[in-house]
Amino acid sequence: MRRNFLKTCSACAAAGIVLVAGCGKPRESITMAGSTAFQPFAEKLADQYMNTHPAVSITIQGGGSALGIQSALSGTAQIGMADLVTLPKEADAMKRVVVARDGIAVVLNPANGITGLTLEQIRGLFSGTVKNWKEVGGADHAVAVISRESGSGTRTSFEQIIGGVTLTANALIQDSNGTIRETVANDAYAIGYLSHGLINEKIKPVTVDGFSCTEKDIMAGSYKLVRPVYLVYRDGVSPACQAFLDYLLSAEAQELLYTNGLIKAK
Amino acid sequence: MKINGEKIAKGILTLVAFSALASLLLIAVFIFKEGFPFMLKVGIGDFLFSSTWNPQVGQFGIYAMIVASLYVTFGAMLIGVPLGIAGAIFINEFLPRALMRIIKPTIELLAGIPSVVFGFLGVMVLAPFIREHLGGPGLSVLAASVILGVMVLPTVISISSDAIGAVPKSYREGALALGATRWQSVHMVTVKAARSGIIASVILAMGRALGETMAVIMVAGNTVKIPHAVTDPVRTLTANIALEMSNATGMAREALFATGVVLFVVIMILNGIALSVIKGRGGMK
Repeated sequence: MRRNFLKTCSACAAAGIVLVAGCGKPRESITMAGSTAFQPFAEKLADQYMNTHPAVSITIQGGGSALGIQSALSGTAQIGMADLVTLPKEADAMKRVVVARDGIAVVLNPANGITGLTLEQIRGLFSGTVKNWKEVGGADHAVAVISRESGSGTRTSFEQIIGGVTLTANALIQDSNGTIRETVANDAYAIGYLSHGLINEKIKPVTVDGFSCTEKDIMAGSYKLVRPVYLVYRDGVSPACQAFLDYLLSAEAQELLYTNGLIKAK
Repeated sequence: MKINGEKIAKGILTLVAFSALASLLLIAVFIFKEGFPFMLKVGIGDFLFSSTWNPQVGQFGIYAMIVASLYVTFGAMLIGVPLGIAGAIFINEFLPRALMRIIKPTIELLAGIPSVVFGFLGVMVLAPFIREHLGGPGLSVLAASVILGVMVLPTVISISSDAIGAVPKSYREGALALGATRWQSVHMVTVKAARSGIIASVILAMGRALGETMAVIMVAGNTVKIPHAVTDPVRTLTANIALEMSNATGMAREALFATGVVLFVVIMILNGIALSVIKGRGGMK
């Protein structure tokens, strides 16, 4: 108890220092908050932008898509980032623009022989009606379903696109794209899903209805598991903020997103 | 002048002492203010005794998590307490003084290892081991219990060993003079005399195990389901708050505060028991 208490105290003190230090800057400051999946990309773009525009200071915060929309609504952030297939009703009051698109890859352990699944099979696996890999043509072993926590933008989008899924109560829950990747990489019979920019050699994306999670199939519209990354903002943002929004949609920024693993907005 | 300085120092220290108390109070008031109305809205019974957790569609039942927290904590105690007490006895009663001076600080160093490191070990070594040899997904009650059991060792060992060390030498000498063997004098006299301190160490360790979050998130699997085997994955109360905090808004957020209320109450009860045990037994050293 006492140890926790000390921790809380020091955290409060640290937060206080940060708050004090953050005040009184003469520079124009922009805050972006929301999706943790888009956050690293936003940071890269912001760094790039600040290099050429030293008068602007951009802060990128995570917190999740829901928080991004909340912050943009309440004004704690000028721009909210949300990677959801459909934005919640609260966002209707704001302007929105698609800054990029992100494929959601269904991933297996490389030791798993299966290379492709249908949407129907994925639905079965994640809702728990398919319990053994042999039911979808794999080895005779129980399926370990790995999912994100409820409220996660990736999970919300995934469930919406797959449609009619109530996640099986047996699913393991991991709280980030990275830990999903680690868990799938460590368990030969696991299935999970994650942002397509995070695929690496330790895990294996499967084809969905015969189409692969690659830029080509996503752009052609044949790979179905794609979600847009929205930026939401209130009417009448400052000129500096508008300039930054324009930059995000410029060919240069879009190219940077593309080389880092996202799909261009257009 | 001198008296004045002393008065000022006293004033400042009093203020500091009370500010610590005040922030504890603030935390408590805040958690209850945010969480309690929600519990009334959903119904305390439904909240505490239903195990369907699906905040997106308005199902808030934390029963499975309460059970999970208790299982994992109990498992950690099962592993950490016997080892810890045995270790404390060994360090105090059987180890030469010189060695004790090296070993005790080393064990206390264990307390300084960040929980995320324990979690990482659990994910990389323990979970695959369990998956291969015992089945299940590996991330499980067992993995969490073992990791927490090791994490509470320093708490159990250092407090128990202080208590054992505080037992007057004459007790042991008396036992030996009456013809008791060394082991008999240890378990019939020394450990009995140090009982209150040992119990306090166990209860403090329990609080730590119940409150641990990071390591548990990493190794427990976080499935909201009442476990039927030690190899089943579970989600504890603390893990639930940490996992969903970042994405929760509205009712879902309130539900997490309500989870905090439950956790707060459970920990308060444990601490209350700890205090009364220490008091009732005439206090440790």
